[in-house]
Amino acid sequence: MRIGRAFLGLIVLLGADRISSSGSSGGHSQNSVIDIALVGAAIVLGTVSWYVTTWRIDGDTLQVASGLIRRNTARVPLSRVQAVDLVEPLLARVLGLAEVRIRTAGGSGGDARLMYLKLEDANWVRASLLAMAHGLPDSTPPPPERSLFQVSNGRLVGSILLTAPALVAVVPLTAVVVLFATGTVTAAAIGAASGTLFLDVLAVVSRMVKRVAGEWGFEVAEAPDGLRIRSGFASRVAETIPYGRVQAVRMEEPLWWRPFGWCRLELHLAGSVRRERDQPRAAIRRALLPVGSRAEAEWLLGRILPEHQVPLTRPPRRAAWRAPLNYHFLAAGRNQSCALSTSGRVRRLTEWVPLGKVQSIRYEQGPLQRPLGLASVRLDVAGRRASVRWWNRSATEARDLMHALPGECEHARDRDSTYIQSVARTPASQVAVPSPPTSMPPAGGAPLGAVPPGGQPAISEPPPPAPRPASAMVSIDPDQL
Amino acid sequence: MRRAEIAIGTVVVAGGVLVPLLHAPRFVLVICYVGLVVLGLGCEYLAGRRYRSWGYCERSRDLLVRRGILVRRLTVVPYGRMQLVDVTAGAAERVFGLATIKLHTAASATDARIPGLPPDEATRLRDQLAALGEAQAAGV
Repeated sequence: MRIGRAFLGLIVLLGADRISSSGSSGGHSQNSVIDIALVGAAIVLGTVSWYVTTWRIDGDTLQVASGLIRRNTARVPLSRVQAVDLVEPLLARVLGLAEVRIRTAGGSGGDARLMYLKLEDANWVRASLLAMAHGLPDSTPPPPERSLFQVSNGRLVGSILLTAPALVAVVPLTAVVVLFATGTVTAAAIGAASGTLFLDVLAVVSRMVKRVAGEWGFEVAEAPDGLRIRSGFASRVAETIPYGRVQAVRMEEPLWWRPFGWCRLELHLAGSVRRERDQPRAAIRRALLPVGSRAEAEWLLGRILPEHQVPLTRPPRRAAWRAPLNYHFLAAGRNQSCALSTSGRVRRLTEWVPLGKVQSIRYEQGPLQRPLGLASVRLDVAGRRASVRWWNRSATEARDLMHALPGECEHARDRDSTYIQSVARTPASQVAVPSPPTSMPPAGGAPLGAVPPGGQPAISEPPPPAPRPASAMVSIDPDQL
Repeated sequence: MRRAEIAIGTVVVAGGVLVPLLHAPRFVLVICYVGLVVLGLGCEYLAGRRYRSWGYCERSRDLLVRRGILVRRLTVVPYGRMQLVDVTAGAAERVFGLATIKLHTAASATDARIPGLPPDEATRLRDQLAALGEAQAAGV
C-alpha cells in the first residue's frame, strides 16, 4: 500500500556535522583524519540504516522492516494498538521532524517506532493508524479535538517543590544558608556539611527539573478517538490514549498538597515498557493531571470513567486492630462498571479499576486477620502495582465479594466489548464532542463517593449468598477458606 | 506430600551429621534422637496440611486456585484473561513424577500456581485451560 522511509539518517548527519566542527577546531592533522573517518563511517552507516528502514501498512498490520545484514521485521496488528505517541526530541523538533511510537499490549517486538518523519506526515500517520485501529478506513480525516484544559506552569513548579523529596532537600539547604547568614557557624563547617549534602541535593534537584521539564505546558484535549496529552519543555510529547484502554486510574493527594486542595491523576495503561521474565506485560503510568484541584480531577475522571461515583463502605470496626494507623482512611466500593478503593493517611490514594479490565480476583487472609474474622479482597489489573483492595473486610463480606465479583466483572466485560464495537462503527463526524468545561464547580466541592461521615462503620447488608455455578471438577470448595 | 518425606530425610541426615560430633553422655543422644523424631513428625504434619491447603476448581467461566495455611489465598482467574500457561517439572519433582502449573495474566500480581500435579493431570489441565482461554479470550 504505502511505503515510507523513516528519516533516521538526517539526525545522524547532523550529529556528525557537530562532531566534525568540534574536531577541526583541535587543529591536529591526525585527529582530523580520525574525525573524518568517523564522520564518514557515521554518514555511511546512518544513510544505510535510513535507506533500509521501511514501513508499510498492509491490511490490518503495520510492518516495520530494518537492518541491512540482519533483516528485522516487526509486525504490529492494528487491532492491538494501545496508543500512538508523537515524540519530538529537541534536535528533531528544530528540524521539524517527529517520531511516531506505537504502543502495543506486549506481544512480539513491543513498541514499534517510526523514527523521524516530517511533522505533518507524522500527524497523518498517527491519525490514520488510530482510525484503522478503530476499524475505520484509513482515509478518515483526524477527528476534531477539543482542548479540555491546561495545567498552569506556575502551579506545576509549586506542586513539585512541595513533594517530599524536594522538601527533604530544601530544608537542610535553607538551614545551612540561614545559619551562615546569622553567623552562628563558620564557613569551614558549612563546607564540610554541604559536601555530603551536595550530591543528595543534586540528585533530587535533577529529578525535579526532569519532572518539570517533562510535564511543562501540560495540555489535555479530547477527541472522539481518545484523549490527547501534550507536554514537555524541550522535547514535546503528544500522546493519544484511546478510550477503553485505561486499566486503572489513581489519584494521589500527598500531605503537603492538601492545604491547596491539589491532587494528581495517573492512568495505568496496558503496554510494554520493559519486559521481564515471568512478566508478560507491564503497565505504563501516565499522568493525566500532574497537579490540579479536586474539581478538575473529578471532571476529568468523568470523561474517562463516566460512572466513577461509587458508594463506599468501610471495613468493620474491629479492623482497627489490624490497621490501627490507616483504618479511618480505608474504604472501598463498587458499582456496575467500576470499583474504587481509598487508603493512606499521609499520602491519600484513591484507585479506580473498571470491572471490565479485571484480570484476577484474590482473597487473602493473613494470620493476624483470622482471629479477627477479617479478610482482604483484591482486584488485579494489567500491570505491576495497580489494584483495588477491600482491605480488612469481615470474612463473610469478603466471601460474598468472591461470589459476586466474577460474575459482575464478566458482565462489565461484555458491556465493554459491545460499547467499543458501537463506538467503532460510529463515523468520527457523528461522535459528539462534549462541551468544554466552561463552568467548573468550585474547588473542594463535589464529594467523592459517599463515605458516611463519622467513625460509624457502615457495612452494607450482605446479600444472600449467590448460587454457585456448577463445577466441572471440584477438588476444593470455595466456601471452605 | 512427597515433600514431607524429603523434609524428614533431610532432618535424619542432619541428625547423622550431628551424631559423630557428640561424644556426650548417652542421655543427651537419646534426647537428641527423640527431638529429631518429634521434629520429623512435625514436618510431616505441616507438610500434610500444606499439601491439603492446595486446591483448584475449574468452573464454567473461571479457575479457582487456593493455597496457604498461615496466609490463606484464593485466586479467581477468568479463562478469558489467561495469557499463558506454564507447566514446569523441576528435578526433585520429576523424581516423584510431579509437575507444577502456573497461570499468567496481564496482571503481574496474579500468582495462580498449582503445584504437585501428576503429569497426566497437568497435561490435561494445560490443554483444557488453553482451549478454554482461546474460546473465551478477551482483549486487555
